[in-house]
Amino acid sequence: MPHFDPQPALRHALQAAQWAGLRYSRESTQTRAVRNDAPEKNDTTLEEGAMCEVLIDGHFGYAATADLSNAGLQRAFDQAITTTRATAGHKVHPFTDAHRAAVQGVYQSPAQKPLATTPLALITDCLLAASKAMAIGDKVVNRSAHAAVIQTHIDYYSTNGTHTTQRFDMVDITVAATAAEGMQSQTRTWTHTGQFGGEVFDVAAFAQQGLRVATEALELLAAPNCPSGTMDLILMPDQMMLQIHESIGHPLELDRILGDERNYAGWSFVQPTDFGTLRYGSPLMHVTFDPTKQNAMASYAFDDGGSPARREFLIEGGVLKRGLGSVESQERTGLPGVANFRSSSWNRAPIDRMANVNLEPGTSSLDDMIASVEDGILMSTNRSWSIDDYRNKFQFGCEHGRLIKNGKLAGVVRNPNYRGVTVDFWNRLGAVGKDEATYGTLFCGKGEPSQVIRVGHSSPACLFRGVEVFGGQS
Amino acid sequence: MSQSPFVTTVRQHFDAVADCVLQSLQGDEAATLNLNAEETLFVRFNNNRVRQNTNVEQIAMGLQLQGAGRTAAMSRTLSGKVEADCAAMLQMLTQCRDELAVLPPDPHQVPLENHGSSDETFSGQLLAPDAVVDAVVGPAQGCDMAGLYAAGSIVRANRNSKGQRHWFATQTFFMDYSLYNGSRAVKGSYAGTHWEPAQWAANLAHSKHLLALMDKPLQTVKPGQYRTYLAPRAVADLVGMMGWNALSASAWKQGRSPFKKLADKESRLSTQLHITENFGLGLTPRFNTLGEVSAPAVPLITAGELSTLLISSRTSKEFGLVANGANESEGPRALDMAPGSLEEKDVLRQLGTGLYLSNLHYLNWSDPVSARVTGMTRYACFWVENGEIVGPIKDMRWDESLYDALGDKLLALTTHTAIDPAVDTYYHRALGGSRTPGALIDNFTFTL
Repeated sequence: MPHFDPQPALRHALQAAQWAGLRYSRESTQTRAVRNDAPEKNDTTLEEGAMCEVLIDGHFGYAATADLSNAGLQRAFDQAITTTRATAGHKVHPFTDAHRAAVQGVYQSPAQKPLATTPLALITDCLLAASKAMAIGDKVVNRSAHAAVIQTHIDYYSTNGTHTTQRFDMVDITVAATAAEGMQSQTRTWTHTGQFGGEVFDVAAFAQQGLRVATEALELLAAPNCPSGTMDLILMPDQMMLQIHESIGHPLELDRILGDERNYAGWSFVQPTDFGTLRYGSPLMHVTFDPTKQNAMASYAFDDGGSPARREFLIEGGVLKRGLGSVESQERTGLPGVANFRSSSWNRAPIDRMANVNLEPGTSSLDDMIASVEDGILMSTNRSWSIDDYRNKFQFGCEHGRLIKNGKLAGVVRNPNYRGVTVDFWNRLGAVGKDEATYGTLFCGKGEPSQVIRVGHSSPACLFRGVEVFGGQS
Repeated sequence: MSQSPFVTTVRQHFDAVADCVLQSLQGDEAATLNLNAEETLFVRFNNNRVRQNTNVEQIAMGLQLQGAGRTAAMSRTLSGKVEADCAAMLQMLTQCRDELAVLPPDPHQVPLENHGSSDETFSGQLLAPDAVVDAVVGPAQGCDMAGLYAAGSIVRANRNSKGQRHWFATQTFFMDYSLYNGSRAVKGSYAGTHWEPAQWAANLAHSKHLLALMDKPLQTVKPGQYRTYLAPRAVADLVGMMGWNALSASAWKQGRSPFKKLADKESRLSTQLHITENFGLGLTPRFNTLGEVSAPAVPLITAGELSTLLISSRTSKEFGLVANGANESEGPRALDMAPGSLEEKDVLRQLGTGLYLSNLHYLNWSDPVSARVTGMTRYACFWVENGEIVGPIKDMRWDESLYDALGDKLLALTTHTAIDPAVDTYYHRALGGSRTPGALIDNFTFTL
């Protein structure tokens, strides 16, 4: 429980506001990093504060404070009231307290071993084990390992009876080896990101991954450049994550479609009339918003407006069904949405965010997909990402490529890239794997003021037919 | 003009809490304290109406503790209550000590020193919170405007156990916005320390004029190589990529710098190119989080050759280089690109037939070893024929090496430059920015 009573301040706010809410957030992030067997970073950050929210004349407004005394909270509510009263006459849309659910409930991440009792020395031992395992030759010039352990507690209260408590245990691990010779340099990484406990800190597993990425970095250093041309493309789950994120997640955010993001992250090619009709991809394409996914990075029970979170289909059989929009965006567009009104921290107001967006597994094995390709390439692990502000024209690059010749994997190639246009690309989806993997990131940027937020993406490997592929200059 | 009450309060608070921590050090312990604070009003606009308004007050303090050859760092939000925050920071000091006991030695630790002191406070004349919306949307009546207004005080401060003290506080605002005619858009920005209604109206009028140019017929340009003019803000986007490891000495030594060829003298850029880390722009304090003070100007690229990379003292210790006051991330904080000789009135004529790009979007390295960057065109971008604007283009993807675009393909830089103040608001309002001219480039590569 937070060490303050929010009720007096909420009652204070009700003297001027039609509704008031208070979201308390406390988050500790412990970061450990080693490089070339030496400690590089030992850093702990504690963020704690409250976002005070008021509804005045049909407009929601916010003020954030870290002064959690009753006087401090009342002062923040007074700030929110003053500013909101002045802005309400120019609001984009009239809302009511019906747009803040009255709910009670709890959520706890599914950690097997509590992060709070995981020894920091064990984390350091894991990172050092990875670093040492990467030392397989002089050409491996950089061996880095990084782990962030994040524990978050969010309590949300409102004057219409909401009280939710959610506790998140999260881990973000990156192990990376860079091999270099002359002017050439190649990096290979392993990441493990999601809602986990201390069970992920296994010294032997870190050493195994370290050895793998260093070996593959050396292979890349000696490999030829990725060829250029139009060919079949298999993307592994650690690249599918990025493909889903950029070309499905963001364009389906209703606040982008409404134009809220136009000045910063951008707009969307999706129009409100596309829902229910647009053939986004091939009939093999089934995409869900799933905040109930076990161990995924952005699982939760309630969003930051109190809406209960449920799994929903966004795309079924390739047809667009539902947008990624909170109750406010649903009200403004009249479109179906999801519980995704999320903020990055105590000092930011919630906006539409994608949370876990997943491509549902199909029926193909990876071997079957490779066997079906005469001339193609298999790409793993995102390295470069860029897409236009309408989420149409993308270009993505990967760390690792494998040629496919006559249905069999052939040699390794470096600097593999591909480009395309979103709807055309997804309609080239020719096969969907049956075995999924889940990845996540802490750093999805969006919003004004800007926010980075956590997202998760599950996907199997997928085959796309006839994609423009190319390599590097070097 | 009076100093912001917030700034006055934060200064007293920082001194009190810092005294509390520094007086509690034991034995050979040494500590650095950093403060980051802001009092900001954010108002977000869509369609010239208010989407969200948020007041944010936040103070964060960071502690780096050194002892027995080990280093630990912690930071936390402060409540603004001296007694509570002293207790919280002392608890953090204890936690740091506990960590030092289990950490391995830090071979690259930089012993703390007294790098001197500085004290700068700048006051502004900002709009009252309840006057913001009328002041912003009034002149924009009838426009489809989206954007963010942010205003208030920003503080950065540093002290260490060797007696070093730095203080920087400023009151600023920015209105970062775009205007729309359907899907056609132009970008605008108004920033400063004193809100002047006439300047805001003039800024808007200029953007409206640009938007009117977008009424011309939409042009579809096929992928290929075109003579291209990048306006100063587009150049700022392009050279901003140098902050992604290119100018970092640590990244170079780790084999991760896209400017390895430049650093190793295997390649060079155009002799027209002069880039300096220039704190004379007044956009950010010269001290970094260790309290080290950079020279007022650090030449980075001179006549196309690397003068120096940005070298932090930790990198200096690890690799035997000479530190130059860079921050830990070794990215530019006040990048200043020198102007050239192409006058603004001659830009279209010198461009002749090709593309005029006002803004770029979503840049990323597409082949780091060759410093190749991909990105998109955005906002007011035009197809030009024989020195005349024909019409706006559909957005295009480009993919081009900095060694080429800022090397042999660089035809000219403009005499006029533009300051692009940082409008980043991740976690907190940023300081810093850049100053760049426009650039005329031959055979710029468009791919999609």
